[in-house]
Amino acid sequence: MLVVGIKSRPVYTGLSIDAHAPRHLFALENEGARAVLEQADKACLAKSEILYIGADSFATELAGLKPFDLWTAHTVPILLNRLKVTLQTAKMGTRLYIAGTESFIGQAMQVALELGIDFNSIRTEHRGSLARRVQCVHCKGITDKVTTSPYTCTHCGLPLLVRDHYSRRLGAFQGVNIDAEEPGTAPAPEVLFP
Amino acid sequence: MSINTDMTVRVVAISQVAEKVKRFRLERADGGAMPVFSGGAHVVVAMRDGDLLRRNPYSLMSSPRDTSAFEISTLRVENSRGGSAFMHEKLKVGDRLIVSQPINLFPFDGRGRKHILMAGGIGITPFIAMMDQMQREDRPFELHYAIRNRGHGAYWKELTERYGPHRVKIYVDDEKLFIPVDQILGAQPLGTHLYVCGPAGMIDGVLGRARGAGWPEQNLHCERFLAPPPGKSFRVILRKSAKTLTVATHQSILEAVEAAGVDAPFLCRGGACGQCETSIVSYQGALEHNDHYLEPDDKQSGRKIMICVSRLNGPEITLDL
Repeated sequence: MLVVGIKSRPVYTGLSIDAHAPRHLFALENEGARAVLEQADKACLAKSEILYIGADSFATELAGLKPFDLWTAHTVPILLNRLKVTLQTAKMGTRLYIAGTESFIGQAMQVALELGIDFNSIRTEHRGSLARRVQCVHCKGITDKVTTSPYTCTHCGLPLLVRDHYSRRLGAFQGVNIDAEEPGTAPAPEVLFP
Repeated sequence: MSINTDMTVRVVAISQVAEKVKRFRLERADGGAMPVFSGGAHVVVAMRDGDLLRRNPYSLMSSPRDTSAFEISTLRVENSRGGSAFMHEKLKVGDRLIVSQPINLFPFDGRGRKHILMAGGIGITPFIAMMDQMQREDRPFELHYAIRNRGHGAYWKELTERYGPHRVKIYVDDEKLFIPVDQILGAQPLGTHLYVCGPAGMIDGVLGRARGAGWPEQNLHCERFLAPPPGKSFRVILRKSAKTLTVATHQSILEAVEAAGVDAPFLCRGGACGQCETSIVSYQGALEHNDHYLEPDDKQSGRKIMICVSRLNGPEITLDL
């Protein structure tokens, strides 16, 4: 069960390289590395800084492209912190690209938005799992890697319907109690976001 | 239809602020408060010049929070269509005008980390109100202001004194001082927005260089007000109103429509906002699209026209008005 057709649902149009940018900054998570590895034109890599989190095999492949700089993190929060520091000191002309799961894109986007970067100017590509980061609208707790709807809120225990309603500020979809009128009547969870 | 919320105002002061620039202070005739506005907004001023009703857009340059009066500044343009000549030579203290509610087609992006304002000549006016608001809201900004010479340029001295030479940079053509555009564009923190107001050549030049330096489209803003260019006279048939009228050489379609007593929608009267988009039923001749609003394929389709600045080179056009 899913509520669709909501305008706030983000659209990820792919990593098209800005030919005019003198500098490129990539934030990549796991299979998101493929969005760079599969780029036809690799000339931009000489002026690219890549921040990467994920499997070692992709890190090795990325290093093989000889980017200007490749930095790998062990956890997403560490990568996000590095991203923040890099963006704080970056100049206009640096183009930001984000590729990976929706949860990763949403969190990296949050960092960029806080620094006044327009979300429309950020190029994004969804790669990997469809799992969602969802906020329970009742207790405000956020659960990551949600693959089913409904799912049980890991904070307050309510069964939640996952909507396409997305908050860019929170980097999360909204989950709403599915059996509020008659508690205990929630349908069985369906795997919708494998 | 444009909602009629126009206000009658009285001219309470006129000052000569530079060689060809005058400032006009307008208070409400009924003694009421002016609405507050946001920096970058303009009003459309309607002036009765003999039998003619002129309507021109002017940027508001007074403080956006000052509800006692609105202030506008106008440049006396040679070969003007009459608006600036009227303002400079005929308008007197005590005269009445009609002004629209403030309309902002040039707001600053509040999410920006820093704001770079580039003005050429009389293009300074929207930035005066904008800087007042940015100062109050404690937003980092820099003004880069190009003038022909120090006698011709308006407000450069006052602005430098008010905001300090670290935030206000003046460039004087006659002294061979030019805005170092590339140097400025290359030194801004990520999240900076650029605003340009001035002659068309300056706007196109600066924005072109910003795009070339990798600035995203979302961070680029400009205000181009275009006076309706003159052209050959032609006939307009208004299908819904069942009227036929003639657009004179120095008149826009919108002005001719208004003179015929038909209320057509408009906001900027400068080909920028899109409010006056009108469907064409048929025409003979060639359309002269002078606006910055319609997409190239819309212009080619021959089905739409922005009646505030665009016209026809030909005998007759029928509009869905």
